[in-house]
Amino acid sequence: MRSALALLSGLLFGLGLIAGGMTQPAVVLGFLDVAGIWNPQLLFVMAGAVATTAIGYRLLRRWHQPLLEKTFHVPPARPIDLRLLGGAAVFGIGWGLAGYCPGPALVSIAGLWPPTWLFVATMMLGWWLGARLFAPRQ
Amino acid sequence: MSHFSTAAFGGILIGMSAVLLFATLGRIAGISGIFGRLIAGSEPGDRAWRVAFVAGLILAPLIATAIGGSNGIGRPDTGLLQLGLAGLLVGLGTRIGGGCTSGHGVCGVARMSGRSIAATLVFMVFGIVTVFAVRHFGRGG
Repeated sequence: MRSALALLSGLLFGLGLIAGGMTQPAVVLGFLDVAGIWNPQLLFVMAGAVATTAIGYRLLRRWHQPLLEKTFHVPPARPIDLRLLGGAAVFGIGWGLAGYCPGPALVSIAGLWPPTWLFVATMMLGWWLGARLFAPRQ
Repeated sequence: MSHFSTAAFGGILIGMSAVLLFATLGRIAGISGIFGRLIAGSEPGDRAWRVAFVAGLILAPLIATAIGGSNGIGRPDTGLLQLGLAGLLVGLGTRIGGGCTSGHGVCGVARMSGRSIAATLVFMVFGIVTVFAVRHFGRGG
């Protein structure tokens, strides 16, 4: 049951990324290219996603636990630190170099373009290296 | 529908996915965390739902093709060296910074997390600056 719901959630997420145009690196790079012919399409994706999620999370605030688990897994509130900002900066550079963030890259595996597979492979290597080089936070 | 309303509809689907995952499993829909922890850092009993979510992402283009006749996937128009480096930076950066466009940019911003709002501003600015450097300083790409 848990896996079936996670699969459904992944499918919905992937379909949303496709409908939003985020599986087209040209659209993503067009959004980040504010000095060129700017394409605001991603703004609509982000607005739709954030608004829907915010409403849903707010409605769920009254719940004491999720349907199939004992607790909600919410990241603890911590101060903004260099590690957060440095990681976000490194991610932003990679995003701007390729036009892929993790979700759209995974969805795009089925596009059967080998360059996309290369991106996914080095991204997985990056996650593995990150876990090795930077000790997990307690 | 114009492509902007289709884009907003796509965003609503992403939001519905995030709400579904939170309501049932109590999890934040952050792709780098869900998949990244599968590679390093998850407990044995905590893997099946991660695998299932990633499988859903990978299978989505098949459903999209069945519904709309196109998988909606664009070809990356970037050199292999640049793509490989980009993937490495995306993996490292999201692991160090604890999230990507989905976990920080959608879910974190939706729950008004100060950390996620800060991270989102930073990766947007660095993404914009990187595209500017690649496209307008003639390094090619």
